[in-house]
Amino acid sequence: MKNGNKVFLTIVSCAIGLLWVVPYVWIIVTSVALRPDAAHPFARLGIDHFSDVLSQAPFGIYFLNSLVIVAGVLFLQCVTTTLAAYAVARLKFWGRDFVFLLLLCQIAIPNDILLVPNYLTVSKLRLTNSLLGIMVPFFASGFGIFLLRQTFKSIPRDFEEAAEIDGAGLLRKLAYVYLPMSKPAYAAFGLASVCAHWNDFLWPLIVTNSDRVRPMTVGLAMFATSFETGARWGDVAAATILVTLPLVLLFAVFQKRFVESLSFSSGIK
Amino acid sequence: MTRRGAREGLLGWALVFPALALVGLFTLWPLVQAGISSLYRNDLSTTVPQFIGFGNYKALLGDRVFWKALCNNLVFALATVVLSMAIALCFALLAHHARSGLKPSLQLAWFLPTVIPMVAAANIWLFIYTPSYGLLDGTLKAIVDPVAGLVGLPGYKDGNWLGNPTSVMPSLIAMYVWKEAGYFMLFFLVGLERIDRQYYEAARLDGAGNWTVFRRITAPLLMPTALFVLIISCTTAFKTVDHLVIMTQGGPDNASNLLLYYTYQTAFSFWDIGKASALTVCLLALLSVLIALNLRYFDRRIHYSD
Amino acid sequence: MKLKPALALFACASLGLGAAMAQAKPVELSLFFPVSVGGPITTIVDGLCTDFNKENPDIKVSAVYCGSYADTMVKAQTGIKGGNPPDLAIIQATELYTLLDMNAVQGLDQFVVKDKEKGFIDDFYPAFMENCRAEGKLWSLPFQRSTIVLYYNKDMFKKAGLDSNRPPKNWKELADDAKKLTVKDSSGVVNTWGIEIPSTGFQYWMFQALCLQNGLQIMNDEGTEVYFDKPAAVEALQYWLDLEKVQKVMPDGIVEWATAPTDFIQGKTAMMFHTTGNLTNVRKSATFDFGVAFLPADKSYGSPTGGGNIYMFSGISNEHKAAAWRFMRYLTSAAKASEWSMKTGFVATRKSSFEAEPLKSYVVGFPQAAVARDQLKYAKAELSTHSNSQIYQIINDDLQAALAGTKTPIQALSDAQSQTDEILGRFKK
Repeated sequence: MKNGNKVFLTIVSCAIGLLWVVPYVWIIVTSVALRPDAAHPFARLGIDHFSDVLSQAPFGIYFLNSLVIVAGVLFLQCVTTTLAAYAVARLKFWGRDFVFLLLLCQIAIPNDILLVPNYLTVSKLRLTNSLLGIMVPFFASGFGIFLLRQTFKSIPRDFEEAAEIDGAGLLRKLAYVYLPMSKPAYAAFGLASVCAHWNDFLWPLIVTNSDRVRPMTVGLAMFATSFETGARWGDVAAATILVTLPLVLLFAVFQKRFVESLSFSSGIK
Repeated sequence: MTRRGAREGLLGWALVFPALALVGLFTLWPLVQAGISSLYRNDLSTTVPQFIGFGNYKALLGDRVFWKALCNNLVFALATVVLSMAIALCFALLAHHARSGLKPSLQLAWFLPTVIPMVAAANIWLFIYTPSYGLLDGTLKAIVDPVAGLVGLPGYKDGNWLGNPTSVMPSLIAMYVWKEAGYFMLFFLVGLERIDRQYYEAARLDGAGNWTVFRRITAPLLMPTALFVLIISCTTAFKTVDHLVIMTQGGPDNASNLLLYYTYQTAFSFWDIGKASALTVCLLALLSVLIALNLRYFDRRIHYSD
Repeated sequence: MKLKPALALFACASLGLGAAMAQAKPVELSLFFPVSVGGPITTIVDGLCTDFNKENPDIKVSAVYCGSYADTMVKAQTGIKGGNPPDLAIIQATELYTLLDMNAVQGLDQFVVKDKEKGFIDDFYPAFMENCRAEGKLWSLPFQRSTIVLYYNKDMFKKAGLDSNRPPKNWKELADDAKKLTVKDSSGVVNTWGIEIPSTGFQYWMFQALCLQNGLQIMNDEGTEVYFDKPAAVEALQYWLDLEKVQKVMPDGIVEWATAPTDFIQGKTAMMFHTTGNLTNVRKSATFDFGVAFLPADKSYGSPTGGGNIYMFSGISNEHKAAAWRFMRYLTSAAKASEWSMKTGFVATRKSSFEAEPLKSYVVGFPQAAVARDQLKYAKAELSTHSNSQIYQIINDDLQAALAGTKTPIQALSDAQSQTDEILGRFKK
C-alpha cells in the first residue's frame, strides 16, 4: 500500500477511534465535575459525586450480588457443561446426537425472549427475589457445550487411553487430561459468560423486588430513573462509572483472550 | 456392545442429564408453556384462566400498539444490522491494516462500548440527548450559532431527540450501533486474519488494485463470518430492550416501542399473561423465520476457501 | 441418675427461653414506599419508622424503597402473585380497583369499628376519601395526597407588567398572561416560556384537571366506564394543544414531568402546572419570589386529587394485620400528617392538622401551603378504573399523540375511548 494512503488511513482511524470514545470520556468528565451544570466541565474536579452515590444507594451490595451471580453461574456452567460435553464428544449412547441438538437450541433462543414463561416457572419454584432465582436458568449453556465438544474432540485419544492404563476413572481423566488441554476454550467461555451475566438486566429486573438481591445493572437503572425532580447527572455519571469499571478493566487486561474467545465462536462454519 | 456398551450408554445419559434437565426446564418447556398459556384469557379480570382459543391472537391483530412495535422492531433490526455490520467491517479493515502499535488501541476504543452494560450505555446517551445542555445539543449549538450569527439566520433551536416521534428511532439506532459495532468488528478481524496471504500475493502479482482485491478475494472469503454476524445481530436486535426501560419507556406514544418491551409491559405492568404469552409466541416465530431466511439466502452465496 | 433431672431442667429452661423469645420478638412488618433509594425522603421515612418502633417495641416496621408509584405497584403485585405480599404499601389511591381484582387488599371497616374512635374517618378531607372507598367499603387511608396547583414566578410577573398578586383566574387570563410572560431573544428563539404543562409521567392527571374545569368528570364511580371522547374533554385537550401551537406559550412537543420543575426553578418558564408535592422542593431551590394559586377555571375551578394511600394486604396473618393497623393509625394521625406535609409539600390529610400547631403557624408564615388545601373544595376523585395501569398507558399514549401532532384531539380521544371500552367491558357485571 502506498505510503500516502497509509498515512491517510492512520489519520482516519485515529479520528474515528477518538470519536468512538467521546461518549465514555464525557461521562467520566461529568462524574468528576463538581458544578451542577455539567455543560461546563472546566470547573473543579473531585470525587464528591462518587461519595454521594455510595451513601445514597447500596452499590457495595449490588457489586457483591453481581459477583455472586457471575461466579455462581460460571461455576455451575463449567460443571454441567464439562460433563455433558464429554458425554457427547466421547461416549456412544442411544439418542446422543438428538440430545446434542436439543442442547444447541439454547443458543438460538435467548432467555430474555422467554421472560414470561420462565418468570412463571421461577415463581412456582418460589425462587423470586433471590440470587438463585436469577442464576438458575443459566446453569447450563448450549454455547459452552458446543465449544467444549469441539475442543474435546480435537484432543487425541492417546492421552485418554494412557490415563486409562494408569487406572484413571472418569473424574481423573477429566481433571488430568481434558481440562488442562482445553484451557483456551474455558478461558474463552468464561469471559463470554462473565460479560453476559454481569451485563444482564431485564431478567434480574423482573425477578428481584428488593435491594438486597439486586445486581449492579438493576441498581444503576433504579438509581438513574429515580429522580422525581430532574436527573442529577453528576451522580448518575458516577454510578455509571462504578458499574462499568470492572468489565472495562477486565477487558483492558485480557484483551487478547477476548479476541481469542471470539475466534473460537466464529469457528462455526 | 453388551455390558460395556450398556454401561457407557448409562454413563452418557447420566452425564448429560443435568444440562439436559436445565435446558429442558428453561428453554424447551417454556416454548410449550407459552404456547398453551396464549390460548387462555389470564388477566386481572379473571380469577381462573379461561380457555379462549385464538382470542389473544385475534386481539393482537387488532392491537395498534402491537403493529407499531412490530414495525419499529423490523425497522430497528434492518437499520442496526446493516449499519453495524458495515461499520464493523470498515473498522476491521482499518484495524487490520493499521500500524502494529496502533492496532490494540483502536481495538480497545471500538470494542469498549460492547463491554459495558446496555443500561450504562443508555444512561450515557440519555445524557447526550438531553435538550439544551446535553453533549449533542451543546456541540451543535456551539457550531451553528456563530455561523448563523454571521449569516443572519436564527440561532440553534434546542432539539428534542428522544421526545419527538420522528427523531426517537434514529437516536436509539445511533446509540445501539455505537455499542454493538465493535463486537462484530472482532469477528470480522478474526475472519480477515484467517484469509491465506497467498491469495493476496497472487492477486498482486496479477496487478489487481485494492478494490478488486476486496471484491474478489476478501469479501467472498468473509462470507461465512458475515453470515454468522448477521444471525447474531438479528437476534440481538430483537432481544435488546434494556435501553427502552431507561430512555423512553417505549414512547412517545409507542414511537420507540419494541416487541419484547411490549411483552414486558403486558406481562408485568398490565398482568395480562395470556396476551403476553401470545406475544412471546409471535416473537419466537418471527425470529425463527428470520434465521431460516438468512440461512437459506446466504448459504448459496458463500464461497468456502476449502 | 443425676442426668435425668439435669436434662429435665435443661428442657424446661429451653422451652421457657424459647417462649420468652417468641414473645419478645417483635412482629416485623414491611412497608413498600414509592420513592427511590437514597433520596432525601428516605431519611424522613426511616425516621418515622424508627419513632414508631420505639413507641411500640412489639412491632418493627421497615421501609422498602421501590422507586416510582408504578414501580411500587409492580413490586407489590409481583409479591402478591408470588404468594408473599408486603404487609403495607403506599400506592396510588387510584389503583384500588386493580388491587381489588387481585383480592389483594384488606378491608378496613372492621378495624375502624373496633377502635370506636369517633370522627377518625370524618376528620379526613372528603375529597381525599373518594378514592378510598369502593362497593360501600373502606379499603385504604389517605397518606400523601395532593392536587395540581399553578406555580408562578412573581418576579417575572412584575417584569412583564402584571400584578404579581393577581395570578390568572381563568383560561383566557392564563393564555393572555402567558403571552406577556413569553420572552424571545432577537432571533426569535424563546428564552422563557409562559407556561409549562407536563405531557409525560402523569399527563392523564393534567388532562383530567382541564376536563374538570370544563365541567366533566371522566370516569364513573364504579371504575367501569370512562368519558374521554365527550365534547367537553375534546375542548379541554384542544385548549391545551392551542397553548402550544396557537398561542405558542408552551414548548413544542413533549414536556417532561421531571423537567418542568427544573425549568421553573431555573427561570425557563414563568408558570407551571405541577403537584403540590413539589412545593417544598421548589421553595428550597427557587431564588426568586414565587406564588401558588388554584388552577385557572373555565366553567369552574377544578383539580383531581392525587397521591398515595396506605393499603394493608389481605394475605398476611391476623397478628400482622393487627400490628399493621396500629402503624396505619400512627402514620395518618393528625400530628404525623402535619409533619409530613411540612417536610414535603403534600396536603395534610386531616382537618384537625390545620387547626393545631405546628401546621397552623407554618401556613400563616408560608401561605402557599394552604392553596392546595383550599382548592379541595373544588377537587374530585382522580381517574381510577379496573386494569388501571393499562388504561393509564392508553390515555397517556393518546394524549402524547395529540400534543405531538400525530393525531387530532378528536381522533386521539376516540381511539383512547374505544380501546378502554374494550378492556373495561370485561369487568362489567
